[in-house]
Amino acid sequence: MIEPLSIEKIEQEIIDDFSLFDNWEEKYEYIIDMGKKLPPLDDIHKKEENIIKGCQSTVWLVAEQKDGRIYFKADSDAVIVKGLISLLIRVLSGQTATDILGTKLDFINKIGMMQHLAQTRSNGLLSMIKQMKHYALAFNTVAS
Amino acid sequence: MEAVKENIQAYNVTALRNKFPVLNVKVNRHPLVYLDNAATTQKPESVIKALESYYKNYNANIHRGIHHLAEKATAAFEETRTEVQKFLNAAYREEIIFTKGTTESINLVASSWGRKNLKENDEVIISTMEHHSNIVPWQLICEEKKAKLKVIPISDEGELDLDTFHSLLSPKTKMVSVVHVSNSLGTINPVEEIIEMAHAAGAVVLIDGAQSTAHLKIDVARMNCDFFALSAHKVYGPTGVGVLYGKKEILEVMPPYQGGGEMIGEVKFEKTTYNELPYKFEAGTPNIAGVIAFREALFFLNANNPTLIHEHEQRLLEYATEKISALDGIRLIGRAKNKAGVISFLLNGAHPQDVGVLLDQQGIAVRTGHHCTQPLMDRFGIPGTVRASLAMYNTHEEIDLLTEALLKAKKMLL
Repeated sequence: MIEPLSIEKIEQEIIDDFSLFDNWEEKYEYIIDMGKKLPPLDDIHKKEENIIKGCQSTVWLVAEQKDGRIYFKADSDAVIVKGLISLLIRVLSGQTATDILGTKLDFINKIGMMQHLAQTRSNGLLSMIKQMKHYALAFNTVAS
Repeated sequence: MEAVKENIQAYNVTALRNKFPVLNVKVNRHPLVYLDNAATTQKPESVIKALESYYKNYNANIHRGIHHLAEKATAAFEETRTEVQKFLNAAYREEIIFTKGTTESINLVASSWGRKNLKENDEVIISTMEHHSNIVPWQLICEEKKAKLKVIPISDEGELDLDTFHSLLSPKTKMVSVVHVSNSLGTINPVEEIIEMAHAAGAVVLIDGAQSTAHLKIDVARMNCDFFALSAHKVYGPTGVGVLYGKKEILEVMPPYQGGGEMIGEVKFEKTTYNELPYKFEAGTPNIAGVIAFREALFFLNANNPTLIHEHEQRLLEYATEKISALDGIRLIGRAKNKAGVISFLLNGAHPQDVGVLLDQQGIAVRTGHHCTQPLMDRFGIPGTVRASLAMYNTHEEIDLLTEALLKAKKMLL
């Protein structure tokens, strides 16, 4: 079994990718593209208990634990949020609970996307990160 | 045509824009295009200076001080009351009550008037296009009093169905509380007609003027409403200041809303007597600086001729409506015949929030979402809209920039 890349390494990959963009259009086109490519969540997962409600857009998040690692799937009705979700999944999905709990996700700031976390009430993205960490904490507690 | 041209010339929007410091800022390396005026308007220099001057030169608590600063602050505060009275054409200055904003003004009426006048099975009528601020206060008091809340439906164009309104009216109707201009649709409601119909049924009427005061000539005497609520910050004034106008004979018999300082006559542990109007409803230290600076906003509006402002905004609305609806895949929400400067729309296939984010990247401030009118969004079966809302300082060039930015957003999203 191949050991997955560490959170830091994946974050660095994303930062390197974003450093290639010359302007905001390229950056957002990339995020929108990521959003469109993220596989939609099956309807059975789109239930009330998986909703992270923002004031404007909605995020659905499910998590499962396999062989000591946590895997996330998520979706949103807004494509830019979905693109950012896709980045978060790339970084966090398949990591251990301890690593997920320990990360500060600095890459979001470094790729210039902090404003989307500030919009907590409107897009639910910050709540989603909190929820990902809650899952990690819950799985960690169960495991220990 | 000649007359129109003359007015365009008389309305010097460039000179006007220079009075608003914030309009010079850059957003994401673009000059700011501010089209979120229904949320709050920008402030002219004179308003900002008045706020500063109060704190620098005569900061004092009002009404009971005997020293020089207190007298000066009290005089300035009360001058705004007189100015608001003139601006709204109210009969008496004590009919003007200062609040935190439209929300508090409506809550004051629902709570004080409602507690005294509503009883089981009475009815309060609102409309489908109300802001949550003109829904929830009535739900609260109706629940408490076991009264019923009735709702005037709207057409697909976004106009009130007055026939249904007529059939909803009965001797049970005690209050009709409707919005003057819809914040989500821009519809200007025929409030004079509504007020006449409601009065004929024996009901009292509150008009939510949050969105109308900066854009239409308000005359409460002519309108003959019983209450009129507004927010200073949507009329080029400071945040945290609102007005409740109420007819004197109604206000006089209403119980106090909040207890505290200022509102009392004499306090004894056995019984407290209350101050006279308007102080009965102004418990606690108000937003003194804000109220004083609001007077400058009213001066500013008057100095720029509200009729010319209205004509300018109507020309812009027409231009924006034409340009935006000409784009492919646009669905306009709110096509009433009589509209103020609000253009709400959806870009088919795109979430309003995504559109808003990409407009912001291009320096354009619009609002996206349900605009605190969820029942209205449900009526149209949509989660929200993109809303561009106009003010006196917006220009045709800004509408062009909005249209170009929308095209770019569309290309990126779809």
